[in-house]
Amino acid sequence: MSDQQSLHAGVNIGRTDPEAHEEAGPVMFGFWVFLMSDLVLFALLLATYSAMSLHGIAGGPTPKDVTDLKSAGIETALLLASSFTFGMASLAQKYRDDRAPMVAWMVATALLGIAFLGFEARDFVKLAEEGHMPQRSGFLSAHFTLLGCHGLHVSAGLVWMAVLFVQMRVPGLERLVRLRIMRLALFWHMLDVVWIAILTFVFLYGAA
Amino acid sequence: MMAQEQAGERRREYRDKLIGLAGAAVLTAASFLLVVLKPVSRDLILAGLGALALAQIGWQFRFFLDIDLRKSHRDDLQLVLFTGLIVALMIGGSLWILFNQHARMG
Repeated sequence: MSDQQSLHAGVNIGRTDPEAHEEAGPVMFGFWVFLMSDLVLFALLLATYSAMSLHGIAGGPTPKDVTDLKSAGIETALLLASSFTFGMASLAQKYRDDRAPMVAWMVATALLGIAFLGFEARDFVKLAEEGHMPQRSGFLSAHFTLLGCHGLHVSAGLVWMAVLFVQMRVPGLERLVRLRIMRLALFWHMLDVVWIAILTFVFLYGAA
Repeated sequence: MMAQEQAGERRREYRDKLIGLAGAAVLTAASFLLVVLKPVSRDLILAGLGALALAQIGWQFRFFLDIDLRKSHRDDLQLVLFTGLIVALMIGGSLWILFNQHARMG
């Protein structure tokens, strides 16, 4: 049975809405291609960071000096939790006929994302107050570029989510909005994967 | 029969998300403990952190992006594997060149 098959990454709607499921195949694959190219971008920023964190200190602060492990821990918890809540939103969309549970899980995801950005902004302000600005050294440039790029992606995800909250209220867009939520889910989970790499190679390596 | 199958799928998918969250929490906690307690030498800690990160990324792919060797659609799995190859080549190549440059400038 074709509607039972997994057609794409992420939660498949499957037989709860076979027509949308068929439509989702190519659409989700296209978005998956974009996500993989985005992953290459982050991989190269990480490679730059790792070279700069060793050779780009220029007499300025080292990774150890700018690492706030407690803040990184809180940010990680927030982002991992938000990935889980989005997963629950995807399943609520698949299995629940009423929209309320899905919206509730997505609101929770958005709040966790906003809290994450708040902590990240606090980190940046703290670094700036200590005079650790991006122009201080190659290392700090790479640090701000990598984290800023990830933070911008999270912000973009939140804007996307806000747009979807509005579109959910527009009648007649149901299927389109469903497919968009499924793509946002992939985007959000992928940002979590990128964060794991950042947490390990920036914060944990910095503190080790 | 159909309803039963669907109930099974539903239970499995909800369980997967919970397993995903629990595993992610355990792996993250292990990484932080490694850094905070420093039970072994620094080199071993760095290697351990790298291994835990890889495990965590694999875990996230399996439980949140639902990519795995058996149930994935062939195209997206191949795309992931190909991207993995590209990323490995580009990271490896970049580091090789950057470190080489640094050695020459020193």
